[in-house]
Amino acid sequence: MPAAPPATEQLNLRVSEGQTPSAPFESWGRYPTYGATVIPLHWQNDFSAIAPSLLNGALPVGMGRSYGDACLLKDGNLLVTTGMNRLITFDPETGLLTAEAGITLAQILDFAVPRGFFLPVSPGTKYVTLGGAIANDIHGKNHHMAGTFGCHVTQFELVRSDGTRKLCSPMENPDWYAATIGGLGLTGFISWATLRLKPIVSRLIDYEGIQFHGIDEFLALTDESKDVEYTVSWVDVTSTGKNFARGIFMQGDHSAKRDTLLPSPKPKLVFPFDAPGFALNRLSVSLFNAAFFHKQFSKHSVAVQDYEPFFYPLDKVLHWNRMYGKRGLLQFQYVIPWEHAKEGTVAILHEVAKSGLASFLAVLKAFGDVPSPGMMSFPKPGITLALDFPIKQDRTFPLVHRLADMVYEFGGRLYPAKDAAMTAMQYQAFYPQWQQFARYRDPLLTSSFWERVTGETSGI
Amino acid sequence: MTDRQNSTTPRKILVLGATSGIAEATCRIWAAQGASFFLVARNAEKLAAVAADLKTRGASFVDTAIADLDDTDKHPALLAHAINSLTGMDVAYLAHGILGDQTHAEQDFNTAAQIIHTNFMAPVSLVTWLANFCVQRRSGTIAVLSSVAGDRGRKSNYVYGSSKAGLSAFLDGLRNRVDREGVKVVTIKPGPVRTAMTAGMPKSEKFADVDAVAEAIVKAVAKGKDTVYVPFQWRGIMFVVRHIPERVFKKLNL
Repeated sequence: MPAAPPATEQLNLRVSEGQTPSAPFESWGRYPTYGATVIPLHWQNDFSAIAPSLLNGALPVGMGRSYGDACLLKDGNLLVTTGMNRLITFDPETGLLTAEAGITLAQILDFAVPRGFFLPVSPGTKYVTLGGAIANDIHGKNHHMAGTFGCHVTQFELVRSDGTRKLCSPMENPDWYAATIGGLGLTGFISWATLRLKPIVSRLIDYEGIQFHGIDEFLALTDESKDVEYTVSWVDVTSTGKNFARGIFMQGDHSAKRDTLLPSPKPKLVFPFDAPGFALNRLSVSLFNAAFFHKQFSKHSVAVQDYEPFFYPLDKVLHWNRMYGKRGLLQFQYVIPWEHAKEGTVAILHEVAKSGLASFLAVLKAFGDVPSPGMMSFPKPGITLALDFPIKQDRTFPLVHRLADMVYEFGGRLYPAKDAAMTAMQYQAFYPQWQQFARYRDPLLTSSFWERVTGETSGI
Repeated sequence: MTDRQNSTTPRKILVLGATSGIAEATCRIWAAQGASFFLVARNAEKLAAVAADLKTRGASFVDTAIADLDDTDKHPALLAHAINSLTGMDVAYLAHGILGDQTHAEQDFNTAAQIIHTNFMAPVSLVTWLANFCVQRRSGTIAVLSSVAGDRGRKSNYVYGSSKAGLSAFLDGLRNRVDREGVKVVTIKPGPVRTAMTAGMPKSEKFADVDAVAEAIVKAVAKGKDTVYVPFQWRGIMFVVRHIPERVFKKLNL
């Protein structure tokens, strides 16, 4: 009788075979691109099984939807968790869902929506994993009411590279719970987590879109819509003069009218090629922004729409990041606290418009004051703005560094999940608690982002 | 949707090799339709994870057994216990198998023998028992994962391929024997699929998405098809591959 093959053989570990092919791994911004050994994990115990054999440092990654280098590890091991996508338990009374950390929000929605439940917090794409959502403590259009994703994670298991396992919740190992939420995947390996879903009676969203001109109108609308669950604005960052900071304020609530919860057909439109550099210039961007602004002909429109286009307008076009060509894009997202939120945002929007490097559409929102449980979480009360810039030699980086300095002067900070450019000095000024956090880092785990902004090196 | 309507009474499904990537994806679809499962696999932790997932997704009943299916002596007792636990059986789904190490198998007969034992001898033992059970009841579907690799031996994986070729031929003959007895034998031939089994292989576009493969398998089992290629494009590809003249084929690097 032939013996069963050893467990490691089933994993097909390239590392253990001594032939570590280095494959380029792209983050969503497609900049930077580093070689790394990609190791897919399929089971909760895979991490413990392989950790002792990983020498060059490792980083758990999910869908790779972070924009910069927070999901990269140059010449290290990327532990891809998407094969760990099993459900563990679901309680339809409380909405508590326990699942392996590699499950995507899309997979959670496929399961939950027909059962009358929805994500408590959702970002602008559903193609992120549960573990990634915790590690970046993501936020959504309901931040002013619901806070961050981490506010709804009741517990999770953290596996350290030395094999120890910690159950983390606000009651149990609360310091590890706080360090891991927003901890960029560096405190250990999240094997599973429990998320509190919220009940819905319909797939539909009662939507309202309102044009605004300038930050004052945006702030007035924000104030009026405090009781609306979801709010977000798209702002035109190319226009100056009388059109400066015009945009569309979008708000919605889950429809209270009992309606179908069954899935709709899946749209699959793939952006097929890398756009040539000339496709993205000042003129095309301005035209796009003007077209978007006027897409809504009336100053005010009301509609009922499916949650998919409301939450995930860009997911319809898979690989939309290719629109920026091979060089990729830089994302930039800041939050500036209320004290300087208005003057800071106006100053930054002026700087962006003046540079002519502006991106397609910028996303503007007010963060609420629900505190995040995470030690290193990005959101705090104030105004947040997310921008993207196609990478243009010599011009994009100086602008982004200048903007980062402005954010600091206004008392704000940048979002690591969307960053490929902030300097170590800037990061350490934005997150002065980073050294306290570093004590919770697993010695095996690191990322190119972490090495860049702290100077700490990889490996054990 | 027709599949769902046909299964007003949740079906009873025995899964051998339940922690395989393709089996797991297939069972998720059946679970959402309310099927009952008896799951067999070698690793207790992995099996428990799969069982919990299927239960959460809507399976009406899940029982499990840890077993090394290479041990053919234990098959009769295991299968009897499984059917007893399910109180019957509508579908037996054989998904266990190993890719094995081709390079090693080229040098070492024991490695080759192990691949052939796991992928051919063990399924033959299981299917023989299951077919006789089904013939007695004059009902049931036996669905078996073979592979396109069995359609023609290639230098890169002919040991694995030959074990699957043997399995496919065995199933052809069995189908010929039991079809008139009201028993369906479904041979499933997947091309390369993105699963744990292929995790170490360099990926290209030809790797299929496991969920799409699973959907095709669920359909084929519901319709009681004979031999299906998943994704279906592999039928055409393998038709061509089978018809390349040997004097050309032996010079190719496949």
